[in-house]
Amino acid sequence: MSASSDHQDSVFSHVVQAPEDPILGVTVAYNKDPNPIKLNLGVGAYRTEEGKPLVLNVVRQAEQMLVNDQSQVKEYLPIIGLSDFNKSSAKLIFGADSNAIQENRVTTVQCLSGTGSLRVGAEFLARHYHEHTIYIPQPTWGNHPKIFNLAGLSVKPYRYYNPQTRGLDFQGLLEDLGAAPSGAIVLLHACAHNPTGVDPTLDQWEQIRQLMRSKGLLPFFDSAYQGFASGSLDADAQSVRMFVADGGECLAAQSYAKNMGLYGERVGALSIVCKTADVASRVESQLKMVIRPMYSNPPIHGASLVAVILKDRDLYNEWTVELKAMADRIISMRKQLFDALQAKGMAYKLLFILVIHCTPGDWSHIIKQIGMFTFTGLNTEQVAFMTREYHIYMTSDGRISMAGLNSRKVPHLADAIHAAVTSIA
Amino acid sequence: MALRAAISARVLSSSSARGARSMSSWWQGVQPAPKDPILGVTEAFLADPSPSKVNVGVGAYRDDNGKPVVLECVREAERRIAGTSNMEYLPMGGSIKMVDETLKLAYGENSELLKDKRIAAVQALSGTGACRLFADFQRRFCPDSQVYIPVPTWSNHHNIWRDAHVPQRTYHYYHPESKGLDFASLMDDIKNAPNGSFFLLHACAHNPTGVDPSEEQWREISYQFKVKGHFAFFDMAYQGFASGDPERDAKSIRIFLEDGHQIGCSQSYAKNMGLYGQRVGCLSVVCEDEKQAVAVKSQLQQLARPMYSNPPLHGALIVSHILGDPNLKKLWLKEVKVMAERIIGMRMALRENLEKLGSPLSWKHITNQIGMFCYSGMTPEQVDRLTNEYHIYLTRNGRI
Repeated sequence: MSASSDHQDSVFSHVVQAPEDPILGVTVAYNKDPNPIKLNLGVGAYRTEEGKPLVLNVVRQAEQMLVNDQSQVKEYLPIIGLSDFNKSSAKLIFGADSNAIQENRVTTVQCLSGTGSLRVGAEFLARHYHEHTIYIPQPTWGNHPKIFNLAGLSVKPYRYYNPQTRGLDFQGLLEDLGAAPSGAIVLLHACAHNPTGVDPTLDQWEQIRQLMRSKGLLPFFDSAYQGFASGSLDADAQSVRMFVADGGECLAAQSYAKNMGLYGERVGALSIVCKTADVASRVESQLKMVIRPMYSNPPIHGASLVAVILKDRDLYNEWTVELKAMADRIISMRKQLFDALQAKGMAYKLLFILVIHCTPGDWSHIIKQIGMFTFTGLNTEQVAFMTREYHIYMTSDGRISMAGLNSRKVPHLADAIHAAVTSIA
Repeated sequence: MALRAAISARVLSSSSARGARSMSSWWQGVQPAPKDPILGVTEAFLADPSPSKVNVGVGAYRDDNGKPVVLECVREAERRIAGTSNMEYLPMGGSIKMVDETLKLAYGENSELLKDKRIAAVQALSGTGACRLFADFQRRFCPDSQVYIPVPTWSNHHNIWRDAHVPQRTYHYYHPESKGLDFASLMDDIKNAPNGSFFLLHACAHNPTGVDPSEEQWREISYQFKVKGHFAFFDMAYQGFASGDPERDAKSIRIFLEDGHQIGCSQSYAKNMGLYGQRVGCLSVVCEDEKQAVAVKSQLQQLARPMYSNPPLHGALIVSHILGDPNLKKLWLKEVKVMAERIIGMRMALRENLEKLGSPLSWKHITNQIGMFCYSGMTPEQVDRLTNEYHIYLTRNGRI
């Protein structure tokens, strides 16, 4: 190698351009489209009926409180973040009366939204846990495998979505988890599975819990939609609480991106429920070792907003009302889309086209699925068709964000789906 | 292995819900981690009930009453932001506006590199996040490389490159006898390193020593780097904070750029804008051309996505508002100067006081050194005495 560096080659000459992130790339393409009928059903950010982003009233109030508080200092948070925020977050997901919390067996650390919480948890497991394989549902959020791989875990799939029924492949799930090596980590979407919107019933959750505990599998919950799925914070946390109630250990990543609309502020928390307070304390000290060389300490603003809201009884109550309103609007969108498709006589046409898959051929999955996303069942070609001809932007796996839909656009979407399904097999 | 077998045996023998209760923790064997040497000082300080306690440990600015300071320009920016931001996700690479303004600070407003779009840059989680992203990038794209780190350095630098799995070597920097720069050994290390090595350089106000090369010395270092084909990564955490003049504090970087080096740079607003807890900074990498800059930026984003997806908005908004408004920017520059001058004043006062007390030792280094920190030269045992008897908290390497 030449020692002279007179206009030398860059040491990074060989770096090639990375492919566009499939999810975020959708919005990039949408923004470029000049056509006024365009519809963005890509990234998962809530939109109002008017198609606008929504900042919750409680957030605006909390903002004002913070900015008016002259004594507010913006120094470094501790490595594990804002203490009030951590305590409140644990209560939110595990329940205020949780035994695990009262027994000091839970360590909760503030992280950068769901992504950051998952990454910190995964890094901890890669260093301190004896099993380095994590089982993830098929399909799952596109960023999950990347997070776990970079943290040093290897990723294996477990069956989850059944394309024929557009529902849960429960048998497949039980078989795959049953075959996993003892101690393996299992990623579970606490509610509103992303991208399918398909959740186990409570009975099914109980069966999953029993299987996992009997095999010593370690649950790692991703809770990105608490309150956003059903409209009830407690109902959406049932799966997690079930696992904590049996006295076992688990990890839980929480995000406030959607349920408090704090997307860009990157607010989240990682909790690790341990057997004893002593273990929890040691675990916490090791979490600091993961965090410090990553970003030293977490960002203060978003967590401060959340802490204000969760600690104030009136703001908290107001929040639950606003949260329910968002969830209700999404549920209403599902109903409207379903009705529109039914009205187009989709059922029969679909039966025809899908006969090779032996599907019952209806669109009821749209109202059975829950949360921000619906897995329409459309294939890549059909999606590309919808984008080209109808300016509808969605991820190529057929996932649409119900939050991006509004009543006025439902007919347009129904038209597009109808056209796609009838022109392309 | 025995532990694993024992656990497996226990698992197989219990098939019901109660199985969970009978197992011991998966993390029974987890050791308590040692306290962070810097942040642990503040923890100890907070736990001390003594009314006369002083914290000269962590690097956060204090006014003359010992109180933390929120800059006026920041308060004004926050007033403008409250109620107006819709808090949507930033792009993976962060706020473009914030990054553009930040690059101007480091590279110069009229930098050709900026005009030619040759700089790959992303918003990062303050200086730590910028260094970590770069370390991960270095690992991924130059997997055989190692990083040369000065002795001493900010302790977290070692953690960052270690967690990125990049092997570390050290180079001479601080000269304990003179409490200044060990320039001769530094140059030897640069010459002896294999061609094309990666070096971590503190752009100004070296942490923890406060010892910076002179302009002439920087020029020699830059020249030798060219001869050896080394890669220069600058950690600039104190621009503006060292001399009071951001342009002056970026001199080392500008020298390297003039000499044609394609540098990497970490910038932080933690100290110079007092935005500590907002975690706002920037990572930049100079490339051959615009196409390569686009490629490198896309790869940096690929590393950020599985770490935190996209960076936090609030701090970026503050920076954009301040640097994007000529009046606020002027106010900021004034406030930075005030902070830097107060520190310079403190250095003079401390040195005078020690000399007046008739100390037989030389305290010249206190005013020779620059930036937030002073490498006092005290031993760990002397530091312990200061803490235990006088309730003065500082890191055990003698850094004030």
